[in-house]
Order: sequence, then C-alpha cells, then structure tokens
Amino acid sequence: MAGDWQRRKSTSWRACWADPMLRDALLLQLGYNATLVAVGATLLGISAGATGTFLFLRKRALVSDAISHATLPGICLAFLLMVALGGDGRNLPGLLAGSALSAWVGLLCLNWLTRSTRLAEDAAIGAVLSVFFGFGIVLLTVIQTLGAGRQAGLEGFLLGSTAGMLWNDALVIALGGAGALALILLIRRPMTLVAFDPEYAAARGVPVHRIDLAMMGLVMAVTVVGLKIVGLILIVALLIIPPVTARFWTERSDRVVLLSGLTGGLAGYLGAAISASAPNLPTGPIIVLVSFAFFALSLLVAPGRGVLAAFLRHTQFQRRVHLRQGLLALAQGQRIYEPLTLRLLRQAELVRADGVATDIGRARAAKALRDEKRWEIVRADQTQEAAAALYDGLRDIETVLTHDQIAEIDRRIGSPQEVPA
Amino acid sequence: MSGSEFVPLSLTPLLIGILSAVACALPGNFLVLRRQALIGDAISHVVLPGIVVAFLLTGVIAAWPMMLGAAGAAVVAVVLIEAIRRLGRIEPGAAMGVVFTTMFAAGVLLLEQTDTSTVHLDVEHALYGNLESLIWLDATGWASLVDPVALAGLPVELPRILVTLAGVSGFIWLFWRPLKLSTFDEGFARTLGIRTGHLGLALVIVAAVAAVAAFDAVGSIIVIAMFICPPAAARMMTNTLEGQVGWSVVFAILSAVLGYVLAGYGPLWLGAHDAVSAAGMIATMSGLILALAARFGPCRSRTGAPVQS
Repeated sequence: MAGDWQRRKSTSWRACWADPMLRDALLLQLGYNATLVAVGATLLGISAGATGTFLFLRKRALVSDAISHATLPGICLAFLLMVALGGDGRNLPGLLAGSALSAWVGLLCLNWLTRSTRLAEDAAIGAVLSVFFGFGIVLLTVIQTLGAGRQAGLEGFLLGSTAGMLWNDALVIALGGAGALALILLIRRPMTLVAFDPEYAAARGVPVHRIDLAMMGLVMAVTVVGLKIVGLILIVALLIIPPVTARFWTERSDRVVLLSGLTGGLAGYLGAAISASAPNLPTGPIIVLVSFAFFALSLLVAPGRGVLAAFLRHTQFQRRVHLRQGLLALAQGQRIYEPLTLRLLRQAELVRADGVATDIGRARAAKALRDEKRWEIVRADQTQEAAAALYDGLRDIETVLTHDQIAEIDRRIGSPQEVPA
Repeated sequence: MSGSEFVPLSLTPLLIGILSAVACALPGNFLVLRRQALIGDAISHVVLPGIVVAFLLTGVIAAWPMMLGAAGAAVVAVVLIEAIRRLGRIEPGAAMGVVFTTMFAAGVLLLEQTDTSTVHLDVEHALYGNLESLIWLDATGWASLVDPVALAGLPVELPRILVTLAGVSGFIWLFWRPLKLSTFDEGFARTLGIRTGHLGLALVIVAAVAAVAAFDAVGSIIVIAMFICPPAAARMMTNTLEGQVGWSVVFAILSAVLGYVLAGYGPLWLGAHDAVSAAGMIATMSGLILALAARFGPCRSRTGAPVQS
C-alpha cells in the first residue's frame, strides 16, 4: 500500500519533470528574459510578503489596495511630463517615481479623510481607490488621443507585463526590494509594537503616526516595484495572501515575517517559472494563484489553526464527552441509547456487544462516578474556589488536587462502591 | 446644441450614467454606515471572472447569462469571504483581500486562455466600461422620444438599468425600517425579531445586482466610486439617514452629469479634439464632490468622539 503510493508519487513527480519547459523554467534555463523575470518575481515576493505582515497584523491590509490603485494617475502624469519634455515617456525609473508620488498623495488623502472627518477607514479606502483610479483612466484616454503607438506599455501596468523586461528594470526591482527589506530590518521592532498595541507604543514614546507612515511607505515601495511584474490591481494579493498564509503556522511575529517572506518568494519564483513554461499564462495572475494555493493548503492542514486540526480537536473532544457520559450512565445503572456513546464504549472494550459493562468498564465507571462526587465536594467548598473553577465535566481531578487533598475528600464521602454487574 | 445631435449621441449615455450612479449610491448609503464599504470593491473585482465563466459556458456575449454569471460570482465571493473569515479566524479585510484578488487573477487567466479575439471581451473593457458607445442610432431628435419605432432601437442597457434601479429602490423602500434599525443598532434590531443576518446578506446581494447592472456602463472599478463617494459626501452634509439618502442621490446625479459633460466637451473647450473616458471623469467628479464636502460640509467631523491628535 505504502509502496504503491510511493511509486505513484514518484511517477507523477517524473511526469512533472518530463515537461521539459517547466523543468527548464524552474532551473532558470529558459533564456535571459525568463530568468530575469523569475529572479525579479522572487525578490518582489520576499519583500512584499515581509512588508505585508505588518500591515496584516495592524489590521489594515486593504489600505494597500488604495495605495496600489492610486499609482495610476502618477504613472500617466509622469509619462505626459516626460513626453512634454521631449523624452521617451517609457523610462521606467521616471514612471515609478511618478507612481510613488501619486500613491503618496493618495495615502495623505486617506489619512486626512479618516482623521479629520467622520468617515470610517473602509469608506476612505474605497473613495481614494476609485477616485484615483478613475482619474488615472481619464489620463490614460488623454494619452491615447495624443498619438497612437506612443502610449504602448502603460496599460501593462494594470496587470503587469513581463515580456521584454530589461536588465535595468530587473535592477530597479532588485534594488527596491533590497531597500524595503533593509528598512524592515531597521524598524521591525517599533512596527511590531505599533501593530499589536498602538496605545502602549504611544505611551512608550514611539511615534505611532510616523511609524504608520513608514509602514505605508514600505507598502508603497513594494507596490511601485511590483507594478512591472504583477500590475497595480493584483499587487495587493502579494501583500495580503503570504502573511495570512504564514499566520496559520506560528504565533510569533518574527516567524510570521520570515515565513511570509519565504512563501511570498516561493510563490513569485514558482509563478514566474510556470508562466514562462507555456504561452498565455500571464505572470501576475499565476503568481497570485500560486500564493492562493499555499494559502488554501495552510488553511486546511496547518497545525493548531488549520481546519483539519480544528476538526480533529472537535472529534476528540466529542469522544471524551461521550465516553465520560457513558461511564457515568453505567455507574448509575442507566441504559445507554446514544449510538455514538455505545460504539465508543464498545471500541474501548468497556461494554460487551449486548451493552453490559465488562470488568474494566465497571471499574472505570465506578472511578468516574467517584470523581464526579469528589468534584461535587470541591465545588461546594468556598475555600476551594480556584480549583472548582477548573471543573468542566472532563478534567481528571488528579490533575488539579494533590493526593492529600483527594484523600481528605475521600474521608468525607466514604469508601468506594462497586458498580453492580 | 440641437436635439438632433444631443438625443442620439448623448441622451442615452447620460441617462444610463445617472441611473447607474443612483442605483449604486442607494445601497452604498447602508454599506458605508455598516462599515462594509469595501464589499463593493470586492464585488466589482469578482464580476470579471463571473462574466468570463458565463461566456465560456454559453459561448456568446449576451446580457442575461453575463448578468447571472456576475451575480453568481458575487455570491460565491461573499460566501468564500465569510467561510475564510470564520474557518481561518482571519480579520474580514484580509479575508476579503485574499478572495477578490484570487478570483480576479483567475478571471484574467481564464480570459487569456480562451480565444476571445472574435468577441468584444477584454480586461480593459471590464475596467473602464464603454459609456460613450451606448448611443441611440434610431433617434433623430426630441420627437423620437414619442416615436415607437425609434424607441424600439434604444440600447438595451437603458431599460435594464431602469429595472435595476426600480428593484433597488423597491428593496430599500420596503425594508426601510429594518435596514435602518439593523444598521444603527444590530442588537436592538435582533431583539425586535428582525433577522439581521438575512437582511445583511440581502443588502449585499442587492448591491451586487446594482454593481453588475452598472458594470456594463461604467466599468467594474469605477462602480466602487458610485458606491462610496456620494454616500460618503452625503454623510458630511446631514445627521439623518433620510437626509443622507437624499443628498447621496443628488451627489450621484451631479457627478454623473458633470462627469459626462466634462468628459465629452471639456477637452473640446481646451482645444483638444477627442473626448476622454466618461466613466473615469464621473469617478473623478464624485471624488471632487467628496473632497469639497469633507472640507466644508456642516456635519463633517465626528461628534462626541475624542479628538485625535
């Protein structure tokens, strides 16, 4: 059985490697452009994952959506300005500088709306996002009317376009990603503090507002850097999905940052490789779908917070309750009708097939009833209040009280009584 | 400008723009008050995969399958967001971000994978809409408004958005009291026997229907502007819900008219030859109105809330 599974697994693995395009893509053997894209996407994934963690822990994940949509008017204005000055208009650093500027303006608008008016943050996010995007589209149509051909490529910023990426573009992405990571390393402690407890951070003298702005500046940097690869509509996914994925696996914030960067980078690398392996597989959406696959897997199988773990915990709890109730019923000579209780008792060989208790079953039942009686004494005793608070109908009394205390209780309730067969 | 030019070229787009704006602004009032404004954002993103799947299943670009596909996608998204939020114990904003980006990415991928070269279906169209192309070719002037032959040639989007607006207004009129109660005090509404959970879901579905109907005209992203900006601006003007809904309708109509006129004629006044995107301009105008209201509106600040430094 196990061998069979092993063999099947290895053949499917071989089938995967048998696709030469995918293998070459994963090994970065698919040419200069594909390699550049893969390296860029990996770096972008790492920095986006690490940055997004703080945003997620601060419960402001969707602010990144406003920031990313607010880049569009800046891109168009930068293009118009560069054309007006007689330049090429498609100079990437120039366009990115413009996008950063308008994202910053969008962020300031967002802050102004939430701080000085009665609007809640979600309405402010939606307003900034849609208005800036709408204005950007107006500018895009202006650029289209300026002259055909010259606007080529600006639409690529909506959904990313990795075809024809240049060495300089990759360099910009790598530098931006490295800069973001360095800044995270520098201010990770105040950012964590602000994310978990802004009031406490303020009391400690941390400039909360400035740290928030720095956090948003990081998000902006990642967004701007990611425009070329995944585009402004989907960059949010790289900032949100990896942190949510990482959060399933650990309870420590520094490990969430690390894991989030790792899954983000892996998703970037795998997504870029898959998209290079066949035609009509756009890089941005594939990266997003790969990160979602990681997320879905974590949601299912993560220990502790995963759905499977929660289900197992629930069934285990259910079995304990049913066993306990069954034993108490046996001890009091009541008939058991509940099918699950009967099945569990039978599986544990506490009752025979006809529902009559075995010797072990009678002993366990007597113990259960006696424990219940002991708990009753404890719960009636004002001085044992702390111990009594731990009673939930399942806890063994030996884990709460010492031998001496139990012996004291036993003196009050008399010697054990046998359960009649 | 004469009626013979205005009626066929501008009347229908203008009317569709106004009706879409009002249809979105009405449920938007409640979404903004319930802090669910971004549901509109999520819905407008997932409309794309819904439409692509509807196209793949039916093979044609037809109104009803696409409306159904988009509405179905909106419901799937809402259910998924709720499931992820509960199963993974994730805050709602992040759960929303996970769901709508993934569904949008899936929509783009599906679109790239299918051969849509023969039909008019692309990402840009989904984003910007095509308000300008909804012209009424059969009209010759104001007299056409009473001419049954010409009326038969009206763009189908106009009656569709009219029906949607009637449905949305009907829903809000019918459930006014329960909606108002559950928006401001959900616990109290529940003690009165109002099923707040069902009502909340119904509101989201109504918003989704409005978004899908308006989507054709103004594009998916700009629908969000109509959901949020007019109600948010109206919030700065008054303290009563009735007043807010009234103001939001005024603002929605104002941004649609101003946006359409500025997009169509603004560039001509400035000496350029071509119009710019009307949908984008409508969103921009709604943003300007919001900015003015947030700066000068009589009820712009939080009352009773502690001053934030």
